[in-house]
Order: sequence, then C-alpha cells, then structure tokens
Amino acid sequence: MRFTQKKTSPAADKLISDVYEPGFSFATDGYTFVSKPGISEEVVKTISRLKEEPDWMLKLRLKAYKHFINSPMPTWGPDLSEIEFDKIHYYLKPTDKLVDSWDQVPDEVKETFERLKVPEAERAVLAGLKAQYDSEVVYGSLGSMLKEQGVVFLSMDEGLKQYPELVKEYFSKLVSFADNKFAALNTAVWSGGSFLYVPKGIEVKLPLQTYFRINSPNAGQFERTLIIVDEGAKVHYIEGCTAPNFSSHSLHAAVVEVFVKKGARCQYTTVQNWYKNVYNLVTKRSRVETEGEMIWTDFNMGSRVTMKYPGFVLAGKGAKGEMLSMALAGKGQHQDTGSKAIHLAPYTTSSIVSKSISKGGGVASYRGLIQVGPEAIESQNTVVCDALLLDDQSRSNTYPVERVYNSQVKLQHEATVSKVGEEQLFYLMSRGIDEVSARKMIVSGFVADLVRKLPLEYAVEMNRLIDMEMEGSVG
Amino acid sequence: MLKIEKLKVKVADKLVVDKVSLELNSGEIVALMGPNGSGKSSLAYTLAGHPHYQVLSGRLALDDRSLNELSPDERSQMGLFLAFQYPVVVEGVRYERFLWEAYQTRFAKAKPRAHKRIDSIIEFHDYLVNLTSQLEVNPKLIERSLNLGFSGGEKKKLEILQLLVLEPRYAVLDETDSGLDIDALQVVAHGVRLAVKKFSLGVLLITHYQRVLDYLKPDRVLIMKSGKIVASGGKELVKRLEKEGYKEL
Repeated sequence: MRFTQKKTSPAADKLISDVYEPGFSFATDGYTFVSKPGISEEVVKTISRLKEEPDWMLKLRLKAYKHFINSPMPTWGPDLSEIEFDKIHYYLKPTDKLVDSWDQVPDEVKETFERLKVPEAERAVLAGLKAQYDSEVVYGSLGSMLKEQGVVFLSMDEGLKQYPELVKEYFSKLVSFADNKFAALNTAVWSGGSFLYVPKGIEVKLPLQTYFRINSPNAGQFERTLIIVDEGAKVHYIEGCTAPNFSSHSLHAAVVEVFVKKGARCQYTTVQNWYKNVYNLVTKRSRVETEGEMIWTDFNMGSRVTMKYPGFVLAGKGAKGEMLSMALAGKGQHQDTGSKAIHLAPYTTSSIVSKSISKGGGVASYRGLIQVGPEAIESQNTVVCDALLLDDQSRSNTYPVERVYNSQVKLQHEATVSKVGEEQLFYLMSRGIDEVSARKMIVSGFVADLVRKLPLEYAVEMNRLIDMEMEGSVG
Repeated sequence: MLKIEKLKVKVADKLVVDKVSLELNSGEIVALMGPNGSGKSSLAYTLAGHPHYQVLSGRLALDDRSLNELSPDERSQMGLFLAFQYPVVVEGVRYERFLWEAYQTRFAKAKPRAHKRIDSIIEFHDYLVNLTSQLEVNPKLIERSLNLGFSGGEKKKLEILQLLVLEPRYAVLDETDSGLDIDALQVVAHGVRLAVKKFSLGVLLITHYQRVLDYLKPDRVLIMKSGKIVASGGKELVKRLEKEGYKEL
C-alpha cells in the first residue's frame, strides 16, 4: 500500500537504528573490578566473596549455578541461540562504593545519568532513586520523611547486609532458581537491584525509581529486586533501563519478587528502552495476600529479544492483580511478553491487558497462563490482547493457556489484531495530516489508555519514545 | 475550479469510473445521483487519493494544478475535503486533538477566510464547542476518541464540523444525508449552506435521496450509472427520476 506517490528515501531503515538516543557509552578502564568473560563456579564464588556475603547466600548461588549449567535452553519462544555465554562479563563493578550525593559519583557515571535525565526526574517527581551502572548500584537517595516512617529503600546488596534475616525470609521464595534457566543464572550471579520495604499502613505518595544502565560491551546485568509492601501500605515503584548501541550482545536477566501483604497495594512500572542488541530475559512475580492489589505496568521498547511474563499469585481472599503491558517490536526484534495469573483463593480477580505493535518485520507475541485452583471459587479473569501491525512483514502471535480447577469462575479472553489501518491512515491524511504524523497518531492512540497509567512526566517521555520509533517507519 | 477530465479508475481489477468529466466551481452545488454501485463513492475516493483506486487515465485538477500525483494530505492541504460516508474510528485519538493538528497544518500558510486564525488550543476548544452547538451535537464528543461509539448522525454532523473548521475550497459529501432524521438533515444542510456562503465552498453532493435537495438547492444535477455520467440537468431531472427511476436513463 502506498499513500505517497513520491519516492520515500531508502535511508528510512537506517534512520530507525540511528535514532536511539541513549546509545552512548564510556570506557571501563576505571572500573573497580571486571570479571573475565565467561561463567564458572569460580566467578560465582568471587562475586560472593567481594560482596562479603553470608554463607547461605553463597550456597544458594552455587546451587543455582549448577541448575543453570544443567538445564537446557528453553525450547519454546524466541531464538536464543546467538547468546554467547562465554563472551559475557558476569560481574562489572564500576565504583568503590554506593553514595548518596551525585557529587561523589565519578564524572562519567554522573554524566551518563545526567544525559538520561535521571537526576532531573529525581528532583521533579520521585520520592527516592537508585541508579545502577552495569553490576552495581552507584547512587541512592530516599526522602527523609520516608526514612523516618521506616521505609527501607536500599540496593539489594545493602539490603542483605543490613537486614539479613528479612532478606533470608523472602529471597528466592517466590521465584525459585529452579523456575527457569535464567532465574537460575540470576540467582547465581546476581548483583545490584533494589530492596524495598514499606511498613504497615505507610503510603508512599511519590514513586520510587531504580534506573538500570548497561555501559560495558558484552555486559551481563543481573539485578535482583525484592519488594515487601506490608499490610495496608502503598507504593509505586518504577524501573527504567537503557544500554549503549554496541554491536555485540548484552544479556540482562533480572529477577523481581514482590510481596503484597493484606490490604496493601503495589504498582510496579517498567519503562524499558534497551538498545536492540540486548537479550532481556526477566522473571517477575508477586504474591498478593487478602484484599491486596498488584499492578504491573510494563512498557517494552527495544532489545533484541525480550521474554518477560510478570505474574501474580493471588494467595489471599479478594486479592487483585492487574497487568498492563505494551511491547513494540521493530526490525530484527522479538518481544515475547505476557503474564501469569495464579488464583489460589476465593474471590480473586485478575485483569491482563496486552498491547503490541509490530513493524519492519518485528515479532510480538503474547504468552499467558491463567490458572485457577480448586479453592479459588467466584474468581474472575479478563485477558485482552490487542495487536497492531504496521506492515505486511510484521507478525503477532497469541499463546493463551487456561487451567481451571473449579466451576465457579468467570474467564474472558479477547484478542484483536489490526493492521494500521489503511482506512484510518486515509481518513487522517484526508484531513491534511502527513503519513508519518498520521501513523504516530494512530500508534499513540492505540496505547493511550496504558500510557495514561504512568505519572505524567513518564507518559510524556513514553509518547516521545514511541514517536521516535515511528520516525522513518514509512515505506 | 475542481476539474475532472475523462477519468478512468480501476479498483481491484474492476473498472469503476469510466471516462467521467466534471467541473465544479467555487460556491456551486452539484448533486451527483445514481443507483447503488454506480461509481459515485469510487469517484469521491479517487478525488481524495485513496491508494486502492488506481487512475488509469484522465486528469484531476484543482485550480489548474494537477492532483493526480498528490497524496491525500497534499490534496487536503490544497483545499479538497471528503466528508466520509462511513467516518473512521481511531481509538485513543481525541477528536479535538486530531482536528487541532489538522487545523494547524491547513492554516500553516493559508489564511482562514471565514474566521480569525486561532493560535491556542484553548481558544480552539471554545471554537469547536460553539460549532457543536450550532450543529446541535453533544459538545463532549470532541473530547472523545475519533468517532468511537458515535451514532451515525453524530459522525455525519461532525464531518460537517470538520468541514467548517478546515474551510476547504471544494468538498465532496459522500452520502452525508444517508441515515439522518429530518432534524439532523436540516442541521447538516444549514452547515453546508454556511460554508458556501462564508467561504464560497464548491460542493459535490453525492446522494440517493431527493429529500436533501429540498434543503440544498443544487445548481446542477448529474446522474451516474455503471461508472459513467449518463445525464445532467436541473431540478426537473430529479422530478423525472422520482417518477421513472434510474432505469430509463
């Protein structure tokens, strides 16, 4: 289909790849420690030793390492055969210590985060921030009022040092290393990530954020995040991610565990904008107790492959889970995303809304599991998958699985696939709007209801990123 | 002048417009009638530049500038407007936001003739609200997604609102009267008359029904059948049609 009789420039394709703003990087000469490429028991032990960890953590790491080595690559989903595990640096420590003032952060690291406008966001909209650079969190802040209220917001490493018992009680209890190969890898070599505890009844009004930045070539980033929202507490946690535009592959395999206690609420927002060389294989899960509520808002831009299915185990009566995700798959990219909703208790409800956009031959898949146990009577689940294809080469797949073990449940599944809309384009263009702007308008309209769930500044940024992705996608 | 010369159009290997010639002057209303499938809407889409409609031969021109090679947005910017028979839904795109973008593009260089140029979105909002009240349509619609969940009548009225806002030179109204009740029809006709009066709009009025011609007095009537213009005349032609149908033409 063509609307413009004029020839579009063949540079369009190049434009897409060059438009990635966060593609810069700095040398790693000044790093405190860089592990040699490849993984071994020795690497795992070294990481644990450098971190001066308790013995139980080292044991857990080693068990996980064995599991990683012994488990096969996933036989389903996107192609992962190009990951060269031997070339990855599994631990890259950029600085000596974690500091709480930007002035104490090394210049290049500081410049990186300034160019990504992280300190700016911190001043404007956040109650607390962590900034991770390759393997370590290098900067952290938390509003003094929250500190007084007993909110704990630390890097995972600090968390383990300062609250070893609490960490031991929850760590790896929701996502076992045996869950999947990449959860095992993460457990073996994890470093950085956030540890967040919100005490009973405390409502954290502004969001807390961690920004994950990959800086080195062939980097492996394996952060580990543990969030505990105690009874009646509320929090919104945001993570942002970017990486330089290296031609070699990077590997990002995170594990996130969120415990939402009775009557508590947690919103976990991901604004991911990896460069298209990153394999992003992430396991995220939450456990929601009675009347608690978990909301995942997950925006997946960039990466070569993303496999991510944030889930919730609805363990208490009346627990609620909501998953809102958007994925944009461009040329050479495969976004394999979805959700898992496990209903274990009566009157639990879950809602999954997944929107994907594919262009330039990109593939976006929805993969979902809904499981309703025998106890989970009067439970409800809704799944809505909408896919938007921008051209004939792009693809969208849907793989829904439902397992229901009682008869008193309500499940709904809706899936739509639309092509951008020749008729929509024609309509908008017939009002004088050029093709690129019309496409942008249709795409941002398609995700508008999800973007609205973001704090305003993030919504503006998300719309801008989507607009940039649409530049040069005509033809 | 909007000029169509010996136009032949194909869509999906079917000849839908066959050597049609037509001239439309500023401030003029020309009615184009004909049975279903006679090629009226195809002509409308071709004029607006729909990519499915392939011009085999012939020429389209607006004030002597050829339209043939232009994309739909370029045609619109030159002052051509198509009121859609089935206005398209675009979810998540706010009506007024979309129209504001179209407005700014339309009047980036050109000067509006019937109103003072508006430079702020807030003023623009008030301007639209005022127009919705003239068109007797719920002002809240402009805050909703484009055409999403609108009734047939609401969609058609808002097409006319767009027409009034964008002040085109020539407009094709593709069965804008279809499915309207008598009150809505009067409102729509009033809007079109306003456009003719205020900015000398030239109107190509595609319709099945003689009813609309009571409100919008056409200067000429053309009858299209099997892709060709088979008759042209004045009001008497409509009278004849009413008695004899299209068969005799």
